[in-house]
Amino acid sequence: MAFARASLKNLPSFRRGVHPPDAKAATCGRPIEPMPFVSEYVLPLGQSIGAPSAPLVDPGDTVSRGQRIAAPGGFVSVALHAPVKGVVTAIEPRPRAGGQIVPSIVLRADPFSNQMPQLSEPLDLGSMDRDSVVSAVQNAGIVGLGGAAFPSHVKLAIPEEKRVRTVIVNGCECEPYLTCDHRIMVEHPKEVIRGTEILLKISGAEQAFIGVESNKPDAIEALTSVAPDNVRVVPTAVKYPQGGERMLIAAILGPEVGAGGLPLDVEVLVNNVGTAFALTNLFDKGQPLIDRVFTVTGPAIAEPKNLLVPIGTKISDIVEHCGGLLPSAKQVVLGGPMMGLSLSRLDVPLVKGASGLLCLDSVAPSSSEAFACIRCARCVSACPMGLNPSRLTRIAEAGKAEDLPDAHIGSCFECASCSFVCPSGIPLVQWIRIGKTLVAERREEE
Amino acid sequence: MIPRVRENGPQVEAEHASDTLATLEPEKLAITSAPFIHEGSSTTRIMREVLALSLVVVLASWWYFGIAAVLLVAAATAGAVLPELIAGWKDERRSIKDGSAVLTGVLLGLTLPPGLPLWMAFLGGAAGITLGKLLWGGLGNNVFNPALVGRAFLQAAFPTAMTTWSSPSGPVAGGAALAVPSGTLAPPLMQANVDGVSAATPLGLFKRDGTITELLPLLTGNTEGSLGETSALLLLLCGVWLVARRLCDWRLPASTLLTVFLASLALHVIAPGSYPPPLFMLLSGGILFAAVFMVTDPVTTPTTAKGAWIFGIGVGLLVVLIRNHGGLPEGAMYAVLLMNAFVPHIERRTQPRPFGFKAPPSNS
Repeated sequence: MAFARASLKNLPSFRRGVHPPDAKAATCGRPIEPMPFVSEYVLPLGQSIGAPSAPLVDPGDTVSRGQRIAAPGGFVSVALHAPVKGVVTAIEPRPRAGGQIVPSIVLRADPFSNQMPQLSEPLDLGSMDRDSVVSAVQNAGIVGLGGAAFPSHVKLAIPEEKRVRTVIVNGCECEPYLTCDHRIMVEHPKEVIRGTEILLKISGAEQAFIGVESNKPDAIEALTSVAPDNVRVVPTAVKYPQGGERMLIAAILGPEVGAGGLPLDVEVLVNNVGTAFALTNLFDKGQPLIDRVFTVTGPAIAEPKNLLVPIGTKISDIVEHCGGLLPSAKQVVLGGPMMGLSLSRLDVPLVKGASGLLCLDSVAPSSSEAFACIRCARCVSACPMGLNPSRLTRIAEAGKAEDLPDAHIGSCFECASCSFVCPSGIPLVQWIRIGKTLVAERREEE
Repeated sequence: MIPRVRENGPQVEAEHASDTLATLEPEKLAITSAPFIHEGSSTTRIMREVLALSLVVVLASWWYFGIAAVLLVAAATAGAVLPELIAGWKDERRSIKDGSAVLTGVLLGLTLPPGLPLWMAFLGGAAGITLGKLLWGGLGNNVFNPALVGRAFLQAAFPTAMTTWSSPSGPVAGGAALAVPSGTLAPPLMQANVDGVSAATPLGLFKRDGTITELLPLLTGNTEGSLGETSALLLLLCGVWLVARRLCDWRLPASTLLTVFLASLALHVIAPGSYPPPLFMLLSGGILFAAVFMVTDPVTTPTTAKGAWIFGIGVGLLVVLIRNHGGLPEGAMYAVLLMNAFVPHIERRTQPRPFGFKAPPSNS
């Protein structure tokens, strides 16, 4: 604690950004509990960026917990594993968060099983070349667990001509309300450090930094007490979106990775703490990605919790386990309040990239109540990418797709800081998303 | 129990569809787009706070100039609100509710001479909102400050009435708190007789014979001038409030006032006989009022930090230039309006540097 407090001044950060209330008090002190097994699990074949996975099972097949049930559908794609011992009941279209109906493997859990995972042998990293490491990570189904769900092995497949000097492990968890990464760092600091060392070994980097926002002193202390010499725990300023990959690199190392660029361009590899934890489970225990830590919180849930939930568990089952929604519930969001997705139905499954469920008792003012833009420039002072969101919105509203690339629409990673501060309630980030669609459509036409 | 899937597969699906929908009533859940939280600021609230601040200045102008001040502000406000109401009659955006038209009216009222007939103030408000805002497409689309457009209209239409000043005759001078001068109530289009002792403003006095008004009356406001511009102290406090509450970009008033001070200091040092001292320049006339209430209008000023500096420096230089070498003793209104015209160009050339780019983008 003393360490974190002493360094609160001049903590590394990035320019601009916003300060939403962190709202983490309800769950940051609650230990991770295992979510009890339920009867049905649904695994959408496309859970991450890239191609959907290809099923390896048929309806009626018996599967064990941890068994590979779908193979990667391409290089930018990962395997899927059965989260429970049970039977494949169907491979059919099912609703997922966001409203799409997507092909999914449906499992019925064996109610008599103790659900001990069937694990493969731990992997000996020393004896593996990079290709076999990449393939092992891909086949363990590991994706970025911070929200983007980008397949982790793609980042690890570092081209011959490139090198990585620095590994950054992202423990900022700058989204308000969410505490899953926080709890992983507090309860499993050794595994996070071990995951960091695995990343160092795979990438050949010399040093690693773990960036943690200074509002998590217990996590900083836990990690610092077990970190070796070449892994430094860096308390960062508490500012949204500090956990953005580009913002974190700029804060810790300085260089700015521009639009279209990759951290690799500045010889950096960035992974989330949850991903580091998953890598430790793979290499030391032989366990693929079948569970993830998930925060259930917000003013409209009976019992806020941090849970270790099998992938594929339905949100409705998780809500029920947390005592149900309170009558005041107005909105349920998968993910954080800044970048999450509002749910129209709760019978959708937990996917790998979802880090929390936010049950809200109020709805932020909708776009139909928006006032005119008074050019107050608060969005300009908020945008971490140095864009002018009101200008992008004006161009997108006018449908001028040809002017959007020059206004750097491609730099926007939709952190929503602009909409968060707009006093006129203009849905700026939504307009920018529409603008990106316009640009893509125009490109297709050409 | 493990169901035999091939036999009752469809049944599983039916069950699945009914149980969640029935128990959790998801149709009650709101579907919106991220973000799901908001900082809590609102355009209406910003307008209301600036309005409250301007009403404090109205109160001070009542103290100095009597009830006519309040009536003038009310007339200008009524004039500003009427066209906004008519234009927005069938518009669902409820433009009147954002409060900007009321604020424009009050600010215009505060820039008027105390003896002006009410009907002129009303006309000024209507002209300001119509020519300065509605014709451009409403709030956020106008290039020129609507209150100053209204004032410029009055200055052109009624040059004598707009440059006839009366000495403070309100409660401060022992005058009646509620007495309405007959000139104030002059019927429209009739030649108005301005009441009270006609006198020159501090800037007018300087223009005429080089008289420098004492600092104390300039600070308290016990001098001739437009309703809201006379008390420098009160305006400075309002400016501090606006900046502290982040209701405006601090660079705008700061660069304006700093430029007026430095430019007139330089001129005064070079030729003390022909140029007034910098503090007199800063505290007299309408520049403080403009710096606090006009230059801080976000709609008609640059959104970029660098642009804010350029805008403020431009206003400051123009004020010093017009006051010293123009035909009129005061130039704050024209300085702001002229710089308003440059805003789109200033902004295009001062866009922020996008993250990851070495230099600011050239074309935007």
